[in-house]
Amino acid sequence: MAFLATGGDIISQIIYAASMMLFVVFMFYGQRIQMYVMIREVEASLYKLKFIKEEGRKIAIETLKEIGKPTVDPSARVDRFLEYFTISPQSMDPAGIVYKLDHILDVRDTRLKDEVKLMAPASDEIQVNNLENTLEAAMALTYIYKVVRHYYIQGKKTLSLYTIMQLQMILPLVMKEAEAYASALKAFAYGQPIGDGAGPLVAAKLMYGYENRKVPKDCVVATVPIEGRTALIIKAEGPGGNVGKPGDAVQTVIEENEGKIANVIMIDAGLKLEGEIVGEISDGIGAAIGGPGVDQYKIEESIAKYQIPINAVIVKEDIGDAVSPMRKEISDSIDKVIERVKNVILERTKEGDKIIIVGVGNTIGIGQ
Amino acid sequence: MEETKPTSTADKISTYLVTIIMIVLALSIVALLWSVMAFSAGQVEYAGFLLIVGFMAMALSVYMLFQSKRRVSNLKIDTPKTMTTVECKKCGIKTVREFQRGDYVYKELEKCQKCDDKMLVTAIYREVKEKEKVYNV
Repeated sequence: MAFLATGGDIISQIIYAASMMLFVVFMFYGQRIQMYVMIREVEASLYKLKFIKEEGRKIAIETLKEIGKPTVDPSARVDRFLEYFTISPQSMDPAGIVYKLDHILDVRDTRLKDEVKLMAPASDEIQVNNLENTLEAAMALTYIYKVVRHYYIQGKKTLSLYTIMQLQMILPLVMKEAEAYASALKAFAYGQPIGDGAGPLVAAKLMYGYENRKVPKDCVVATVPIEGRTALIIKAEGPGGNVGKPGDAVQTVIEENEGKIANVIMIDAGLKLEGEIVGEISDGIGAAIGGPGVDQYKIEESIAKYQIPINAVIVKEDIGDAVSPMRKEISDSIDKVIERVKNVILERTKEGDKIIIVGVGNTIGIGQ
Repeated sequence: MEETKPTSTADKISTYLVTIIMIVLALSIVALLWSVMAFSAGQVEYAGFLLIVGFMAMALSVYMLFQSKRRVSNLKIDTPKTMTTVECKKCGIKTVREFQRGDYVYKELEKCQKCDDKMLVTAIYREVKEKEKVYNV
């Protein structure tokens, strides 16, 4: 215990030397330390992404086994499915690209459905659609994980602060999207309506009790009298997970009526900005439809041909709400959307007119 | 529906991290013991310094341990409770029950207990308990 006697002096010298050392270390290695901190943050998110991705795969396989009753283990086929890719058409000469893309998407859809039928032979049409959606959510999670891992490894290999910094900056948004897909997995597996189904839910409520018929592709149309007008209501055929091809459906209905349509009203879920309330309704002009743009193009082409006005009503929600089980706020807003649609009809059309109302979105868990 | 539990690999906290935390914890205990010894030897200033260092190291290691545990517990997919509203359009009876596989909106169910009309699924939704933070701007 002899050192204790002169402890005070030694300690102040140690503290001084340590602070000088820290100063030098931070001067030369400050950026590198900052990078290691960022790498650790990315690493933690990557672990979480890996966990979510593996859970996604597990849920998909379990659901396939439970519903599809396959004779062989579908795991290997699921792993192959999760790696599928789609090459979009060449755009150097953009003329006619929409129909090329449409064809590629049709081929993709058929291929994925055939794969699901092979993996789950005992499933019916509705279950095939739900299983396809489940697998697509798992596929999206696998893709997100792989891209984040790619940039993480690249940043670590090259020790590039800017690669890691960019990754770290967008990571909260990426994680939000991944978590949304993770909750979508269960919704698809159980066949629950999702936030994106706001449009089909409105259409279903309007057409319930009226006879409907199928229109290409994977859509239904019903003729419903509303406020003295004849409304042709279109939605994707439910209750399986399906968005249909509203572009083809609108085109078909307009052609069937030789263009004598007074107005087209589209209802869809729209991405809300931060600060806006979930389930808030807004209306405007234009074709309210997301996706690769093929359906929007077809609708715009048809309405331009016959000079038909187009209106849109959207239900606001964020990306997480759009792919996870439908929130009560969205479900409760349906009556308000119908009121808004009726207002548009009264203001923009005359009695006796024929109008088209399209409920756009994934109709999983919503019948008609 | 149950909440997905973390997998066994995700359940583990890095042994490397635990070793470091344990070493820091042990050193903090040594520092605290030394501070007691220094205090009894009359070295008040030195004892105070060791006490601060000991407590700081102990707080840091406990914080690190809790942080890593929290990170592990975050590794799960939350599946919120989904509810189904069943209604009789004729007599207006409305019941809310937990979602069952096979439910879909506008699915016709068994006959109503009051009248002979069929019950109908009119809504399927999840309730979000936590309120979103409001920014007064």
